[in-house]
Amino acid sequence: MPKPQRHNSESLRIHADVLVLGGGPSAAWAAVAAAESGAKVVLADKGYLGTSGATAPSNTGTWCVPPGDNRHAVVDRRWQRTGELADQRWMLRCVDTAYQNLLRLSEWGYPFPSEDDGRLYIANLRGPDYMRFMRRRVLMAGVTVLDHHPALELLSDGDAVVGAAGVARQVGHDWRVDAGAVVLATGGCAFRERILGGTGLTGDGYLMAAEAGASLSGMEFTGKYTLAPYGSSLNKGLPFRWASFHREDGSPILGPTGEPLRNGIGDREEELARALIDGPVYARLDQAEPALQGWLRQGQPNCFVTYDRAGIDPFSELFRITLRAEGTVRGTGGIDIVSDDCATGVPGLYVAGDAASREMMTGAVSGGGAVNSSWALASGWWAGKGASTHARRWTGKAFRREARPLGQAGLRPSAFARADIAAAEVIEAVRGEVTPLDGNFFRTGERLEKSAERLESVWRDVRGHLQGEGADRLRSREAASIAASGRWSVAAALHRAESRGMHRRTDLPGRNTALAHRLVITGVDDFRIAGAPGRLAELAS
Amino acid sequence: MIEIVSATRCVECDICVKVCPTNVFDATENGAPVIARQEDCQTCFLCEIYCPTDALYVAEFAEGPTGITEAQAEARQLFGSYARALGWKRGKAGGSEFDPTHRIRVAQ
Repeated sequence: MPKPQRHNSESLRIHADVLVLGGGPSAAWAAVAAAESGAKVVLADKGYLGTSGATAPSNTGTWCVPPGDNRHAVVDRRWQRTGELADQRWMLRCVDTAYQNLLRLSEWGYPFPSEDDGRLYIANLRGPDYMRFMRRRVLMAGVTVLDHHPALELLSDGDAVVGAAGVARQVGHDWRVDAGAVVLATGGCAFRERILGGTGLTGDGYLMAAEAGASLSGMEFTGKYTLAPYGSSLNKGLPFRWASFHREDGSPILGPTGEPLRNGIGDREEELARALIDGPVYARLDQAEPALQGWLRQGQPNCFVTYDRAGIDPFSELFRITLRAEGTVRGTGGIDIVSDDCATGVPGLYVAGDAASREMMTGAVSGGGAVNSSWALASGWWAGKGASTHARRWTGKAFRREARPLGQAGLRPSAFARADIAAAEVIEAVRGEVTPLDGNFFRTGERLEKSAERLESVWRDVRGHLQGEGADRLRSREAASIAASGRWSVAAALHRAESRGMHRRTDLPGRNTALAHRLVITGVDDFRIAGAPGRLAELAS
Repeated sequence: MIEIVSATRCVECDICVKVCPTNVFDATENGAPVIARQEDCQTCFLCEIYCPTDALYVAEFAEGPTGITEAQAEARQLFGSYARALGWKRGKAGGSEFDPTHRIRVAQ
């Protein structure tokens, strides 16, 4: 285990083979995988490994496909729904690795529930228990865990990423880890929507990766929203599978066939989005039988904590609902992966979980909880192994040259710091463009053009003038990451002149066969968008 | 969001300061932790279940404080209610082996 050395009271400096940034499931699996292959591993998280991220507060299914020839049929069925952007080879290897890691969890003694015949049911993970369990496994593997140590920037020696630096936010000093390889497992960008895990998921990894020269892909797919009781953080759609929906005047909301809607999840979010643009919407979970009511209450306890505390019986009373924007968390965009070991194309930089683009898994549609959860189980594993192999190959080389910090926006303004450019206002301005249902759930070229202009102006302010001091550097860096993510997302949405999956252009309904490929973005201040036709086929060969 | 740190229930272990993923609490010299950055709370309820004495209360509204008082939360037996629903006790995990979510997925 690497021994932390304090250079002075001001800073902490550690050497490691592999540095993992993040504290959700993909970070935990990456750390375990790297440690298992003999690497000295440091995991640095913005929050606390065990409670950070979107998984810990949730109860998530996995995409659990047991070995056997049937896998091909299961994968093919899922692929049919992905808007032609997913890749069956990646889907297959993901379900296989995820399954192996679910078995590992069971061997390690994770308390899975049993089915009626006594067999363990391994296809569901209860967030708080799963992540607490993973924390213990990470510590048992000998990983040095730095909680409340957000990374602010990557370090490069000119050829490769050789570490990261940040701030220890509870003690105020700076930290720096020199490493043979870095895994970005920093999660997606929730654009500060008040959803589970939303405070910390600010797209930090996207900006850090782009500054190092990595590309992003799928950033236009941020049109996923999930129902929640109005004003709550509970973006858990499942209970709304058995609900009726009503307008303020009591009239029912109708589905596509003209019948009252009895299921508010999946494609039916579209009718609810339309109704919510018109006015308040109310729901009642009145389609759930008594037995199901009990299972929902016991199996989704955080949802019912919310109803109980508000004094609502959701099975018999109407309650107001909202659609929460989920950015790239349940969207599919993220850092582009260029090889099977989750490398980014920048030597020494690997990516896992929601920080990575999930297009090869789920294309233009949401990976929901299940696919994303299996993706974290698999991509964390591959990235951890990949980073560890890279670190071994580069032993000695990594620390030879001077490391240069790569952070720009929010840390080192290109012009001069201005006190009137503040993180909170930047975030509000970005939210105004990327979270409204009328504009982001339903999109038009005209509206996207206007958003792109406004975000360009926000970015100029951020890049030129946003700067924090001390621990507040985290706030300005988060605002910069949110601004960069929003800007990329709107630019990609404008570029994709068609409708596909969660990208709904009301001015361009229907798919354009010429756009049946991924859009890859490279660059920060000046970026370019390029189609990547045949890219995955090339990887597969 | 987080609204109450009950000074009568709190044993000043500062676990909430450590486990809150959004760094909402500050430890104090000689007393219960304080809610220092309430606006950063993401209403995930996790601090409640890690608290060994059920001394924390997170209200259901995520956009701002509701103003609920300790006496009201106490009278409605809300302290520790999420931990009890999960099967966690005194800050220790438990109950996932009784999770019936697989039955919900079959019904779906």
